[in-house]
Order: sequence, then structure tokens, then C-alpha cells
Amino acid sequence: MTDLADLTIAQASAGLREQEFSAVDLLDAVERRAAITEAHLHAYLTLDREGAREAAEAADIALVDGDLRPLLGIPIALKDNMVTKGVETTASSQILAGWKPPYDGTAVRRLREAGAVIVGKTNLDEFAMGSSTENSAYGPTRNPWNTETVPGGSSGGSAAVVAVGSALGAFGSDTGGSIRQPASLTGIVGAKPTYGLVSRYGLIAFASSLDQIGPLARTVPDAAMLLEAVAGWDRMDATSYHGDVPAISRSLNVGVRGVRIGVVTELVGEGIDPQVLAATRATIDRLSEAGADVVEISLPAIEYALSAYYLIAPAECSANLARFEGVRYGLRVDGATTEEMMARTRAEGFGPEVTRRILLGTYALSAGYYDAFYGQAQRVRTLLRNDFATAYGQVDVLVSPTSPTTAFEIGAKTGDPLTMYLTDICTIATNLAGDPAISVPVGLDDGGLPIGFQIMAPALGEEVMFRVAAEVERLVDFTARPRLATSKVVAP
Amino acid sequence: MTEWEAVIGLETHVELQTNSKMFCGCPVDFGDEPNTAVCPVCLALPGALPVPNREAIEGILSIGDALNCTLTEDSLFYRKNYFYPDLPKNYQISQYTFPLCVDGYLDVDVDGEPTTVGITRVHMEEDTGKSTHVGESGRIHGAEHTLLDFNRAGVPLVEVVTEPDIRSPEQARAYGLELQRIVRTLGVSDARLEEGSMRFDANISVRPVGTEELGTRTEVKNVNSLRSMQRAIAFEITRQIEVLESGGSIHLETRHWDEANGATRSGRTKEESEDYRYFQDPDLLPLHIDDAWRNRVRERRPELPADKRSRYRGLGADERVADLLADAADLGELFESAVAEGADARTAGIWLTGEVVAYLRREETEVGETGLTASSLAGLTEMTAGGDLSATAAKEVLAGVLAGEGDPREVAEARDLLQISDVDAIEAEVAAVLDEHPEALAKLREGDSKPIGFLVGQVMRATGGKADPRMVQDLIRRKTQE
Amino acid sequence: MCLATCYRSNPHTLSAQSTGTITSMPVEIDIERVAHLARIALTDEEMTAYSEQLVHILEHAERVQALPTDEVEPTSHPLPMVNAFRPDEVIPSLDRDDVLAGAPDAEDGYFRVPKILDES
Repeated sequence: MTDLADLTIAQASAGLREQEFSAVDLLDAVERRAAITEAHLHAYLTLDREGAREAAEAADIALVDGDLRPLLGIPIALKDNMVTKGVETTASSQILAGWKPPYDGTAVRRLREAGAVIVGKTNLDEFAMGSSTENSAYGPTRNPWNTETVPGGSSGGSAAVVAVGSALGAFGSDTGGSIRQPASLTGIVGAKPTYGLVSRYGLIAFASSLDQIGPLARTVPDAAMLLEAVAGWDRMDATSYHGDVPAISRSLNVGVRGVRIGVVTELVGEGIDPQVLAATRATIDRLSEAGADVVEISLPAIEYALSAYYLIAPAECSANLARFEGVRYGLRVDGATTEEMMARTRAEGFGPEVTRRILLGTYALSAGYYDAFYGQAQRVRTLLRNDFATAYGQVDVLVSPTSPTTAFEIGAKTGDPLTMYLTDICTIATNLAGDPAISVPVGLDDGGLPIGFQIMAPALGEEVMFRVAAEVERLVDFTARPRLATSKVVAP
Repeated sequence: MTEWEAVIGLETHVELQTNSKMFCGCPVDFGDEPNTAVCPVCLALPGALPVPNREAIEGILSIGDALNCTLTEDSLFYRKNYFYPDLPKNYQISQYTFPLCVDGYLDVDVDGEPTTVGITRVHMEEDTGKSTHVGESGRIHGAEHTLLDFNRAGVPLVEVVTEPDIRSPEQARAYGLELQRIVRTLGVSDARLEEGSMRFDANISVRPVGTEELGTRTEVKNVNSLRSMQRAIAFEITRQIEVLESGGSIHLETRHWDEANGATRSGRTKEESEDYRYFQDPDLLPLHIDDAWRNRVRERRPELPADKRSRYRGLGADERVADLLADAADLGELFESAVAEGADARTAGIWLTGEVVAYLRREETEVGETGLTASSLAGLTEMTAGGDLSATAAKEVLAGVLAGEGDPREVAEARDLLQISDVDAIEAEVAAVLDEHPEALAKLREGDSKPIGFLVGQVMRATGGKADPRMVQDLIRRKTQE
Repeated sequence: MCLATCYRSNPHTLSAQSTGTITSMPVEIDIERVAHLARIALTDEEMTAYSEQLVHILEHAERVQALPTDEVEPTSHPLPMVNAFRPDEVIPSLDRDDVLAGAPDAEDGYFRVPKILDES
């Protein structure tokens, strides 16, 4: 018999409705899985056993009443930068150790209202700054495909739990690739929606104009279902999109015949690992065979995206993280004066990467440098948007690898920040443009590590994006699971 | 000896009295209990986001409109970054380039000398929390620790910045007073300096008369009344001139007004210039104020104090009286209604700003609580003009009406104050008095007019003061010529 | 070495920020001033290390200056939307006990902090 922890959300939801098993059974299964895998992975920071059990029991009662909400009773995990009322929320930072928020973020509230069972909070790079989940104050998360390697980041914890089945789905946040890149490195699906489609209220801000909450799941339909549960206008977020949510799930089975697909020239050449490139090319060929019209498209400004990103994101974060200073919540390191207390608290509470970015952003915004750095980066952003606009005049979606490489070894890139930043080259441009993008697993490299394929779409183009992603999923039929996801593995 | 000229610019912060705060739903009207009107947004909890209050935007636009500003079509919110424990986010949401209102002016008048003060900008921001410094001194200096209350954090705050067009402490005060009147008339703030809902910072420099170049300025803070603003500016001008004349120089610095000592004291020097690292707030969308919105603001503009003053003058009120009536909403309204019911505007105005104000002050009451109505006021001026009441009697009747004794005629009758308008009756009294004083009559007939006052007085006494003295005098003269 | 004690704060001053000049490189960073603005107490060793890393990153970021952008408007919001407002309605505030539960130090309903440096 299949372990319930290995079900997709769609399968689990059907099983719950048919009363083949209960929501409590399902929760038990993922908690059992977590009990085995956590010792290897360290993907969860907090398991909310009590809250999860209550939610599962409530779901079971509703299920008996014939409640048909799709996420009812589904165990999911949340990245620990999503604010959860009464459940410790740290953003993997020492500065928020022990903080129990007095409120739920909007996405969290919507998930609770949808009847989802929140299993726990997952590890991330501190304040979502990083691409490997090594920058967590609470220790790194490991990749379930090979625990010597990173799961990617910053939503590495959410990616790992979905990959091994210690949750059936998860949410992360994506500022420069933080959902898609870990999804790619752990062989699952991860989507960054259009900026504004999911409320950021209750997402601990890293870079406000780039951050976006999105789903991580084993399948494209699961990801679509998760996204639909949280998408839509929110009065608490002034930047949330005030219009109809794209009908994501409706077209998943339509196929790609006649869909115009652009291959981004700059992202299928130099700097991309040959095996990743080969898997990308193979996927494109299959899409073409399935009836898509494939062309190559150049986005010249994309070469400057990384530079612009590493000015804009730190600048915004330098202000967003100013609120952490030991006055109202979180860590305080004593000092003779408030000024000294603040500076010591921040020195002690922030890890090196966060400190580095705050300093970088502070510098980029300071008088005399504003135009050269921040101002210019915002103009580059316009150029990039123009490039995308031109491209989407010719094609419906753009495609590329999600990550230039598969998972790298823990510690391999921690010495040099720039090398780490370069792992985001394929994903960053869509954040700057505000567009949606999704990563779908398309194969394994020689070392047995997953390769992700990225599909990008214009703003609010989620329908066609998910449609292409679903077709890729069908064409590739990626069924491999990490060794850790099988119940033969026991706790060490 | 050098003659000096002061150059003054004012920055005014006005708290808007909306229902809820600028970026969250916490109430603006909170009680004394600290930290009870706070939420994730105004406490800057992780993950919280600001959403602007539409009513506050309406409020600032109405202020900009009243100050003859251009209302900017496309406006932006910025983050102004600085660390201070009363500022929860450690940045203040404010405006930088593209504020909501720019390039306005306000006309003020000091002793009949009109001046136009340019308004550089009017922008929207949020207030900070309040700090209480605990220690023996009670001041920040020497405090042992500080207690923070964030109830005020996030209250909508409008900043009005003038051009350096003000030349004297009196002008500064006149500007402050007129701005206060305007925001009160607009109903957007109670604008109370002593409670901090209106706050002034003054930038002051001096230069030799006839020169163009601006001197080094100081910024004076901590004035909590218009009077102390005027005193602080006067002090600072004198101080700067003394420093310069004794060969010293002025430093760019913040100075705090010390009300008790009547002096400004040096605060922080600004040598190390602040670096607020302004950048557009990515949590907030641009503001687009379209023509329809701008027109709506203009259409809703109430009658402004200056317009009201000139209208009251047009109705016939004396200049000073018109100013006073325009400042006191309830008296102004009563004045207008009384004039509409036929009151003599000049007399009604003088009474309202004289006897009535004195009465209200004495009795510590409001005009609406008294027996005075528009029609009784109009009736009273008519009775006086028609000769039914002497000026002295009218004031007594007014006191009676205020005290609720009835309408003017009832009071006049009850107090027996109506003038005798029956000529025959007065003539009889005159004849009687002249009979009693033949020597006075003789003197008058010889051309000595001295006794007339005595004779009028005798008649008035005989009539119990109810005769019209002018009529009595006429009758005596007529008798003399018989 | 700049520890917290050399920090000053002043919330209410006037100076405006220049946005006019494009600074030419090489990148020079007054790390002490940057750390002061960011309120992070760094040791000498940390300042040296961060300074070198920042220069390295900024030299890469400098690439953005190669692009001609004279006629280009900056993008600050990914979606071209305007005017998101809330109605002027009061919604319940937090319970004070919840507010202060997470405070590092509180007294009589207030948040408590050490003394604040005098402005003078």
C-alpha cells in the first residue's frame, strides 16, 4: 500500500473525500515521514503538532459534513518568514528567536480558512537572503537527493519537505528565484506568481518590490491548487492586484498546440552546465513535437539583471530590516544607551549575509551614490521590462533552465558571495519585471540530481504558464523520488 | 552700524483628525492608556504593510487647495530612513520629490501691512510615538531610561513648508495664526499647539539689509504656542545679530526653545549632515490625483477665514470686529443670522465682540447656552436705532437677554428702560424744571449756555432716565427762545 | 573603531539628499559611516572584511552604469497600478498584553529602552 505521505495533493484530497482515510491519518503519515527525514535534512524549524492536530480533527468533522474545499485536511508547510499567529516565526534569524506573532499573514489566514493543516515552519536562508539555505541561523537544510548538497534557497526547507513527503505541499517566497531554484534542485514544482497576485501581508519583507509568495508541490496541478487558495486582492496589501485571478487550473489539460514558446538566448549558452543545457534542449524539443511553435528570443538587458538586482534588493532590505533593533520584539543585546543597544542587537542578531546586504543597500542609497546605483538599477529594470514586453509581443511564454547547475555541495559557495549570487542568473529577471515563472523537474544529471526547467510568462499570464508546465510534466513524466522519500530509510 | 534683516521660513506639522491612522485602522482618537491603539502595522511588526487612508489624502489636498497650491497629478511616497526608538519602522513614510501639493501662498497681515508668504510644499507623512524620559530631571538629558508609547505612531501628519519669505516674529505669528484658522475651518484638525496637534519649526537667519545672500540658519524647535514661537524667533534674531556683531559666526544647528528661561539653547550641530537615504516606498503605489478629484476638492472648499473676514466687513462690521467674528465660529454665525434678520451689522458686531464675549467669559458659557438669538439681537439693534432705548439701556437689556430674562422688549419693559417718546410728557417735565430754576433760564436767555447741562440732568432725573437727552436739550433750547 | 557610542540620531533635520550626480568609480566605501547609518556595531576586523566584500560586489554591480539610460524612466513598481487606499475606518487594535508579550523590556504598559543619547 502507498504511504499516504507519498500522495499528491490531488490524490490525497480525493482520498479524504472518499473517506478512504482521515485527515488525522494523513497528518500522522507526514509526521511519521518527518520523524525519519528531519534527522537527515533539518528542513523544519518548528513543527506545530498541536495546531496541526486540531486543524486535522476539524477537517475530519467538515469532511463528514461533505465539505468539498480542495485543501481541506491537506498537510502543508510554510516557510518561516510567513507570519503565523502564536507559532514561532523567526525568518531563520537569531534576531527573531522565540517570536510568537500576534497575527496571521493573509496567505496563512486564507490557508487556514481553506481548511489546510499547517504542519510546521520550514528553514530558509536568514530573511530569505541566499540561494542554498546555508545562511540559516539555525543551521543548513540538506538536499534529500544527496545530503552532502544544498537544497537550494532561500525556500530550501519548503522544497525539501515537499520532495520527501513531510508535507504534501508548501509555500515559500521568491525574491530572486527563492522558490524556483530550490524546486529545481530538489526535483519538485515551484511557482513564483505575478507580483501582487498573492498578498505580502504577513510575509517578513526582504525586498518589497520583488518578494512574492508562491507554492511548492510535487505536481503542476498541486501547485495550481495551492496558488488558487491564496491568490487574490487583499485590502491589507496596497500592492496586491485588484482584479480577477487568472483561471489557473482550468486549462491545465489543454496542451501546447499553437502555443508560441521563446527560448531565451542569453540563458541557454555560456555559464549553464552542459547536462542542464541538454535536458533543457530535450524538453524544448518535446514541446515542439507536441505542437508548440518554438523560436529563440534575445533579452539583451538580462545580462544586467543580476547587477540591478544586487543593488535594488539590498537597498530595499536595508530599510525593511531597520525595524529589528531590540525595542519592540525579538532579540535585545543590552547597551548603556538605546543607540548602543540597537547597534549591538543588530550586530549580534543578523548573520553575515544579512549584514552584508544591509551595508550594501545602505551604501547604495546614501547621498551621492543614489543615482549611480539605486537610480540606475531602477532604470535597468525598465529596460528589462521593455525587453520582456517586446518578447511577449512575439511569444506566449519564455523558457530557460531554472538554475545554471544542479545542487552543489554544502560549503562550496559560502566563501564568495558573488559566486553564490550567480546561481540566480536564470530566475532574477522575472522578479525585476514582476512576471510569473514556474520550475518543473525534467530529469536527473549523472550524479542523480534533479534538473529544473523554467517557464516564464507575462504579468497575469499564469494560465498559459501553468498550461505549458502541465504539458512539460506529462511529456517528461518525471517520476524519480529522492532516496529519503522511501519508507525503507530509518532514522540514523 | 549694520542694519540687519531676518529671514525666516516655517515648517508646520499638522495632525489630521481622521477616524483611523494614516496607514492602518487604529484610532487616531485614543485615550491615555499607552500602547492600546496599536496594531501590527503601526508597531512595525515583521510582515505588516501600510495602506494609505483615503480621507487623510483628502485632508491634505484640502489644505493644499486652501493654500493656493498646485495639487500634483502624480505623487509618490518615500521612505525617510533614520533610527529613533519612537519610530517603529526606523523609517518614516513621507514624501520627497513629487509631494501632493506645491507652489502655493498665504497672505497675512500685520498691523495693516500685507505680506505674501510662499508655500513651497505641503506633504503627507506619519507621526511618531511618544517617549517619556524617566529620571530625576524628567528631560532626555540625565534620564535613566525611556518609556515608549506608540499610540500616536502613524497618525496622519501634514507638513507645510514655507519659502523664506517671513521677515519678523510678528509675521511668523500672523502666518501661524492664519494657518491654524484655515485648518480649523477645513475641519481637518483642531490644530492645538499646546497638545502638539500643530507644531512649528522655524528656520532663522539674519543678513545685512540690502544684501541678497542668505546667512547661516538655525532651526528652532520646541515652541508650543504661537506666542512662544514669536518670542523664540525674536530671541534667536537678537542672538544671531549679537553673535555676528561681536565678530562671531552662526553655526548650522538645531536650537531648542526653553520657555522657562525665555531663550534658545543649542541642540545638535548639523556638521555631519543627515543622510536620510530617501527612496520611493515599494509598499505603496503612486498617487494619481486626476482632474475630477482636484475639482471635487475645490468644490468642497468651505469659505476661508480671509474671505469670511472681508464678507463681514462688506456687511458693515468694523475691520477689527470682522476679524474677531470670523475667528469665533458661533459668534460669526449669530452675527450673520442677525444681520439677515435686519440687525444693524456695525452695532451687532460691536456688541457681540464686546459685551457678549465679556459675558460669556464671565459666565464661562457658550453663546448657544444663553438667551441671545439672531432675532433678539436684531430686535435690540432696531430698538436702539429707533430711539426706544438709550445706548446705556441697550447694554442693560442685552445683559438681561443673555441671562434669559426674555426678548429685548420684555426685558426693557420689565426693567423699565424704555425711553419716553411722548413729546408732550417730556415738555411738561421741561416746563416744570424751568419753573423751578428761573435763574438758569435767565442765564440761558442772556446767551450763557453753561446751565444747559444742569437743566438736562434735572429733566433726566425727573423722568427716571427714560427721556432721550438729545430731545430734552432741544426742548430746553426751544423754551429759551420763547 | 566605531561602536554604538559614536552613533547619533536626530529624527528631525532638514538636509535634503542630492540625487544629481553620478559618482565615478573606483568604488570607495566609508564603511564606518555606512555601519553607523545602518546601526550595526562592527569590530575593526569585520569592517575590513565587509568593506572588501562590498567593493567586490559593487564593482560587479557597476556594470549597470554601462547602459545608456538617459531617456529611461526608473521602474519602482512591477505593475503599473496607482491609488490603493483604505477607507477611514477604525478596526480593533491589538490587545496590549499581546503587544507587550514579545517585548524585550516593558514597564507599566510601555516599552522600555535604555536612556537615549541627548542631542546636545
